[in-house]
Amino acid sequence: MSVVVHEEKCKGCKLCIEACPYAAISIQDKKAVLNAGCTNCGACIDACEFDAITFEGSEERIRMDVAPFEGIYVFMEQGNQTVSKVSLELLGKARGLGKEFSRLGKKQVVTAILIGHELGNIADELIYYGADHVIVVEDEPFGIYQTDIYTKAVVQIAREKKPEILLFGATPQGRDLAPRVANRLRTGLTADCTALEICTKEGILLQTRPAFGGNIMATIVCPDNRPQMATVRPGVMKEGPRDPERTGTREVMNVILNEKDFITRILDIVASTREHAKLEDARIIVAGGHGVNNPEGFEILEALAVELGAEVGASRAAVDAGWIGQDHQIGQTGKTVQPDLYIACGISGSIQHLAGMSQSKHIISINTDRKSPIVSASDVTFIGDLFQIVPMLTDKIREYKER
Amino acid sequence: MKIIVTVKQVPDTQEVKIDPKTGTLIREGVPSIINPEDKNAIEEALRIKERHDDVDVTVLSMGPPQAESALREALTMGADGAVLVSDRSFSGADTLATSYLLSRAIKKIGKYDLILCGRQAIDGDTGQVGPQLAEVLDLPQATYAEEISIRGNGVTVKSNFDSVTRVIEMKTPALITVTKRINRPRFKTMNGVLRAFRDKKVATWTKDDLKLNPMRIGINGSPTWVRKTFVPSHNRDGLVIEKKSGEMAEDIMNYLLEKTLFRL
Amino acid sequence: MTLCYEMDEKYKMIRLAVREFAESEIKPVAGELDEKEEFSVSLTQQMGDIGLFGMIVPEAYGGQGLDYISYIIAMEEVARVDGSQAATLAAGNSLGINPIDKFGSEVQRRKYLPDLCRGKTLMGFGLTEPNAGSDAGATNTTAVKDGDSWIIRGRKTLTTNADTPMTKGSIVQAVTGQRPNGRTDYTCFIVENGTPGFTLNTLKRKLMWRGSNTAELFLDNCRIPSDAILGNPGDGFKQMLETLDGGRLSIGAMGLGCAQGAYEAALRYSKERVQFGRPICKQQAIAFKLADMELKIELARNILYKACWLAENKRPFGKEAAMSKLYCSEIAREVADEAVQIHGGYGLFKDYDVERFYRDQRLLQIGEGTSEILRIVISRAIGC
Repeated sequence: MSVVVHEEKCKGCKLCIEACPYAAISIQDKKAVLNAGCTNCGACIDACEFDAITFEGSEERIRMDVAPFEGIYVFMEQGNQTVSKVSLELLGKARGLGKEFSRLGKKQVVTAILIGHELGNIADELIYYGADHVIVVEDEPFGIYQTDIYTKAVVQIAREKKPEILLFGATPQGRDLAPRVANRLRTGLTADCTALEICTKEGILLQTRPAFGGNIMATIVCPDNRPQMATVRPGVMKEGPRDPERTGTREVMNVILNEKDFITRILDIVASTREHAKLEDARIIVAGGHGVNNPEGFEILEALAVELGAEVGASRAAVDAGWIGQDHQIGQTGKTVQPDLYIACGISGSIQHLAGMSQSKHIISINTDRKSPIVSASDVTFIGDLFQIVPMLTDKIREYKER
Repeated sequence: MKIIVTVKQVPDTQEVKIDPKTGTLIREGVPSIINPEDKNAIEEALRIKERHDDVDVTVLSMGPPQAESALREALTMGADGAVLVSDRSFSGADTLATSYLLSRAIKKIGKYDLILCGRQAIDGDTGQVGPQLAEVLDLPQATYAEEISIRGNGVTVKSNFDSVTRVIEMKTPALITVTKRINRPRFKTMNGVLRAFRDKKVATWTKDDLKLNPMRIGINGSPTWVRKTFVPSHNRDGLVIEKKSGEMAEDIMNYLLEKTLFRL
Repeated sequence: MTLCYEMDEKYKMIRLAVREFAESEIKPVAGELDEKEEFSVSLTQQMGDIGLFGMIVPEAYGGQGLDYISYIIAMEEVARVDGSQAATLAAGNSLGINPIDKFGSEVQRRKYLPDLCRGKTLMGFGLTEPNAGSDAGATNTTAVKDGDSWIIRGRKTLTTNADTPMTKGSIVQAVTGQRPNGRTDYTCFIVENGTPGFTLNTLKRKLMWRGSNTAELFLDNCRIPSDAILGNPGDGFKQMLETLDGGRLSIGAMGLGCAQGAYEAALRYSKERVQFGRPICKQQAIAFKLADMELKIELARNILYKACWLAENKRPFGKEAAMSKLYCSEIAREVADEAVQIHGGYGLFKDYDVERFYRDQRLLQIGEGTSEILRIVISRAIGC
């Protein structure tokens, strides 16, 4: 199936030339003519007002020749001369993917894409954390992230280097940038992945992510288009060890910017005054659910939280019953947390609640019902009365601290 | 001023349950709702309409025929017009194909100043259609918006990127994705229902009503697809302990110390 | 006649709109208003903001311009969450707004309807007296012509919405004379709050509808201008009957909504409450109660919607209105009672909504035609 120009209808108006992203059309003898650069993307068909360009041939799916693509490329998010944690996690994961590829007999270079201004020695750090190669785009306009010019830079790199895989952190910035890049490259993008692995049979990336509010997991593939792009959930992948003896290569890439490239203007960047993320930042959370029975029950949990230096959370049932405020709600319609320890008291463990805390490092539950769904979602469940256990625990901790 | 709001009808994922026997999602009897952040987008468009003269709000959705009720709900809230693009050949679309299709529908709707989208749908959870639509329409974008002000032929947006507020200025036409923090959607009024059903229309367009590249829609136009779905297993030990309360309190204490979770 | 059991999309939208509002704004405060026996002006005005007052009044007078079924569905959805707010709405619409819309002069409609329909003011209907309940013929309140006005003397009681900070006044039914054939002449007057001689007293210590205002009216030689007569002199009895017929449908909707709310709470509870190792809904004794509730509610809904359809299509609906009110109010009692039973001991505490539903249904078999009177209405309609 390919794009064809019908000369008898063509008016030579050049609308198709303006629309073509690949400079694959020119005017010869007052008629539009396609050259070898045409990828059959059909942008000219959409632009033509005279129906002079159409598809001919059988309906086929969007695809490209994947053979020339190789390398695992990772976009580094940075600010104030430090690279973000998720970027280091991505490097760690990229290295892991590289190892999986070698087991299949294919060598993949891990390349970090670093865009910004006054980048200091970040490139070195990236190599210590696992990059084989670093592409640096350094220029004053890139000092603050903005969609338009960052998209241009990443796309330029991707078109030149033809990566097999291109990863971003699923941060607001990553989720602002990656979709535009993917669309411009006409390739697939999977959002918020919590697992990445290489399919041994086909050598393609298996991208696993939560859907339906975290109720199910989906594994996505992008077999016929490149690069295979994904944004990766922060806090899930493991950053590699920092090895200051590691060596790698660097490359400076020049991205020429002109006035037309700037379609947004950043007027200001302000740190939020909102009291941010007490729950989301907490290391320990003591949470109460339906079994807590009333607001006084939450006072018992609060006392434990005070001793532990923890925050108090709640399931939707407790919030709906009016026992505690909505800003304590954890779950699909509340907050998502990843503390080191989550103590679930009188919480049954509905999927919607688990979606908000299942990434906790350790989960302990106190419940009267051993058939509750929370049991299989916890490391340990203590079957008993939280109104006895929690105060006892609070006392024990107090005593321990006094010693 | 013309505002187009993209809307998706989704199952209420809060009501979704897992079938314990098969381990699959039970979708039957789950009510369909307007994607919550799309509702915030509709609300924001209506607020802009209330603050400025001569603003027209059109809602657009790609979906099966029953998605009409979501559009009718948007009309009840106060939108002026609605378009549903629905065709069997559109199904199986990933975000690339979806954003292409929406762009073709928007081209047919005509001239516009602003496109508002909810940041993310609660079923797909990708958050990609907004930016990809901006790309295919070649528009400036601002995502994670929490405040929008219109001035002259431009718009200023306050975006929240993880506790940092970015103030962005763009010329219209532009695309903005909003989060649920931007506003609280209004209650539908009885008068709104009357007008939505008596005076307003939902236009339905199929494949034949739009100029489409068949290689860019539906399954053909989707570089990604779902290979498999599964219910997440918890990967937890799931140990159960039942003793006297005092002994269990002691056990928890030891657990805390052992895992060095609790420091003085 | 073609049968159709599918609701139009428009009615589904009405239901969705009111349900969302009721769950979000009424549910969180219903228990507290009930316990404190407090009428909420702000909540009433919020109900007005979304258009729950004057639902069937034409738009030209500030109403919502909708049909009877839309009104009944809206009533149902409010009652599903709270009886007191439903009472404010039902009385406000059926006893305050509709009589003025149906019987009032052009001047009266333009004067009162816009604010009433916006939920800015309320109007009561003073009908019941200490000695005249079911026996409406025993009315003692009199109105005597004096020049260009009338002097009204008397007392009304159990009047909803009459004594709130936002009440404009009440329609008062008075005896205005005797007809040549010996029958009593009744006339309805619009008496505004603040009229000299017109005093009010809110009645407290009610069992139910504690968040709704119930008051007694004292008319001590109140001078009322002639243009405050609703419609024409002598129309009072006819107006009262028509008003009650319409009111019966909204009471029916209140019964249906109350039953629906109590039933849903019981069903939900029965799936969560575990005894003998499994949810109690797995016990047939409980499951059968819930099945009966579902059945009764379905039947109640059918007769009520049929009566609405008849009313909407200008057919006689007196018998069906009586049947709807009778059946809906009685199943509300049965369903609320069993809902408490299913909740066991917890159902006796105010922490659980069913406790309020159990009390709130009690008026429904008494007000706007007792169940006994309604059986007379039905038996007369069938020729007994």
